[in-house]
Amino acid sequence: MAANGLPSPDTITRVVLDNGITALVYENFAAQSVVISGSLRAGSLYETPERNGLAALTASALMRGTENRDFNAIHAELEDIGADIGVSSNIHRTGFFGKALAEDLPTLVDVLADVLRRPTFPTAHIERLRGEVLTGLQYRSQDTRYRANRAFRAALYPDNHPYHYGTSGTVETVPQIAVSDMIAFHQQHYGPQDMIIVVVGAVKAAAVIDTLKQYLADWQNPSQPQPPALPEVPRVTESRRAKVALPGKTQSDIVLGLPGPSRFSEDYQAAVLANSVLGQFGMMGRIGASVREELGLAYYAYSQIDGGMGPGPWSVVAGVNPANVDLAIERIGDELRRLTNEPVSDQDLADNQAYYVGNLPLQLESNEGIASTLTSIELYNLGLDYLVTYRDRIYRLTKDDLQRAARRYLNPDALVIGTAGP
Amino acid sequence: MSKVTRHVLDNGLVVLLKEVHNAPLISWWVLYRVGSRNEHTGITGVSHWVEHMLFKGTEQFPAGYLDKAIDREGGAWNAQTFIDYTAYYETLPADRIDLALRLEADRMMNAQFDIEEVESERTVIISERQGAENSPLFWLGEEMQAAAFRVHGYHHEIIGDMVDLHTMTRDDLYNHYRAHYAPNNAIAVAVGDFNSDEMLARITELYGAIPAAPPPKLFVRPEPGQIGERRVRVERPGKTAFLDVSYKAPAASDPDWFSLAIINSILCGPSGLGGGGIDNKTSRLYKALVETELAASVDGSLTPTIDPYLYAISVTVRDGHTTEEVEAALDEQIDRLVAGDITEQELNRAKKQARALFAYSTERVTMQAFWLAFAESFDSYNWFENYVASLEAVTLEDVRAAAAKYLRRQTRTVGYFVPLDGADAEEDEE
Repeated sequence: MAANGLPSPDTITRVVLDNGITALVYENFAAQSVVISGSLRAGSLYETPERNGLAALTASALMRGTENRDFNAIHAELEDIGADIGVSSNIHRTGFFGKALAEDLPTLVDVLADVLRRPTFPTAHIERLRGEVLTGLQYRSQDTRYRANRAFRAALYPDNHPYHYGTSGTVETVPQIAVSDMIAFHQQHYGPQDMIIVVVGAVKAAAVIDTLKQYLADWQNPSQPQPPALPEVPRVTESRRAKVALPGKTQSDIVLGLPGPSRFSEDYQAAVLANSVLGQFGMMGRIGASVREELGLAYYAYSQIDGGMGPGPWSVVAGVNPANVDLAIERIGDELRRLTNEPVSDQDLADNQAYYVGNLPLQLESNEGIASTLTSIELYNLGLDYLVTYRDRIYRLTKDDLQRAARRYLNPDALVIGTAGP
Repeated sequence: MSKVTRHVLDNGLVVLLKEVHNAPLISWWVLYRVGSRNEHTGITGVSHWVEHMLFKGTEQFPAGYLDKAIDREGGAWNAQTFIDYTAYYETLPADRIDLALRLEADRMMNAQFDIEEVESERTVIISERQGAENSPLFWLGEEMQAAAFRVHGYHHEIIGDMVDLHTMTRDDLYNHYRAHYAPNNAIAVAVGDFNSDEMLARITELYGAIPAAPPPKLFVRPEPGQIGERRVRVERPGKTAFLDVSYKAPAASDPDWFSLAIINSILCGPSGLGGGGIDNKTSRLYKALVETELAASVDGSLTPTIDPYLYAISVTVRDGHTTEEVEAALDEQIDRLVAGDITEQELNRAKKQARALFAYSTERVTMQAFWLAFAESFDSYNWFENYVASLEAVTLEDVRAAAAKYLRRQTRTVGYFVPLDGADAEEDEE
């Protein structure tokens, strides 16, 4: 956090360009570097199950060549100055992140705009990339944590729902994605409408806006579709478990849960605090206290809320000895029951409120932390005064709010469980 | 940014202070000069286990209290055990730092090592090891260290051998704690939003009365010179093959270390001091291994250490290619480099990259405090303060000499991870 306090409407510069790009700039002269972060409206939401992985592969392929720069030129321009750009896709959005020394911001924006706007998807490079992606997928197919999570999500969301699928595709689908698919995906979905770009660092806001305009203001794409409506997720009426057997593994991973709140839900913040009591606060909350501290079953056992653009999971994750899988699931179920049946204590509420408010300076210490917070503020319409009013919003929450949120999303008797182990 | 000041309390505690007033935060680290290198067989993993036990509470701060207390104040805390050290930290809002100062002073002496807590933590640590074992690279790494170091304590993993995790006793843990946790064996560092005089006064008040201990008898056995290439093969269920090539590297206090860091930057891409690296697609080995589609990725790692350790190159072999092919292509690049073909341009580029990466690495007070403590433990805090300048000082001649001296087959260990067939997953639902 810069010396002038929390980022606020007075210190965040927000400009909407004529083509629909929203730019946020925050000056922070405490460090010598600058970061860019942001996202645009492209993601696996817009791909078919047969082409699962298309959005992710397209994002990875952007830096393989543009109309102005070949592969080597892109990377030499960045690496020569110690700069970096990454682009990757999730379900709803394609995000980008870049960093450089502050003096090199124009180069960073130039290269970023070039790869987002004018990729050429050179065939030889795409085939090389495809091979790397397939090697990565093969490797992850042996990872218990990845497999348990995939099994959980595939069992939780029906196959007509985009959350059913992983964003990186599978060894079956990735070979089916043609270069022409990527070109078409890029033409249709990459564009300025709804794009967010955030710049934080040792740079003057006015100069940053000029640079962004120089490289992005003339971008147009009238073909960008609106996001499709998400199908309903059927209510889970009884617990079900998907098991993956991986020979040779010494530990099993468990992921269990149900659909949780989106970031837009009015009870999102209450759910986040309830989740913190459940599996975050202190040493992984109540779940950590039971599964790790009391029983010594696991090195990690915690809970999390995805809380993005839609009803992503509210889940519990644990890695345990294969002999202890059922016991761990049982004890996690007990904690879910307690959270839904009983209000949290006054102490729990006060502790977690203090934690969420007190933690802001740490979260906002670096350019990267500020940029990711500002990106969320814009993406989820939280308002430029979000950080200034944050404290009041957290302290307004009651024990009832937390319990109501827990009961709305969690049901210990009807859980979806994914496990992977030997 | 202000300068670091160094103080030594009467009981031997080294205190480093650096004021940084960018954010209302302070990071407080206490590093003990003991790590897995100092463990003999039978108690491998003891340093790491002791680190876990220091989270189990003291009389003043009982178990379960501190986790919540730090979070309540909006802070972060953790600890890490390395081959050369064991370190603890808290980063807190500046007006709350006293909690951290009191906590570390207390647990330097007063951790309880309750027998039941030791037993409960035994299964947690075994679970931590089993989780690591799920990764093919853990098995390969463990075999590589064991092969590269026959005598030196660097030969075992920080987490310890499974047999020792089963048999170590409460007394083993407690004796290790009592032998090594003392002010004269510790380095304490504060970086952040404070006044140095006031901070030093408070540290002296809290730590000054802790008695010095007899200097610990450190278990250190120098590794004899390596007299030929060593090779290991790990065969486990899996889908992906890996190649590790580890050369014996100089200690961090040796000026050659910086020459090797430049070599790593040119070979495998630059890496920062923990602030996250950048891409390596213009590095020599990326071009030779990944662009030629033999490999899916390549990484280089050179860690600062007290004694000579390893410069490790790790390659993920691409589906459809063999580890042997990748090794041959890698050797070709090493041979070129040893023959002395690095250019002035490559050298200057590595230096510019280092400046950027150093800037990223030092944004957070937590990382600055860590590096000051770490550098003081293997050399001097000046190692960190002068990091960029030391890299700037490296000449083409230095780099050529270091390549010839360290990138030798006689002093390397080559490891293959060979995936065994039949690892196809089965899925079912109930």
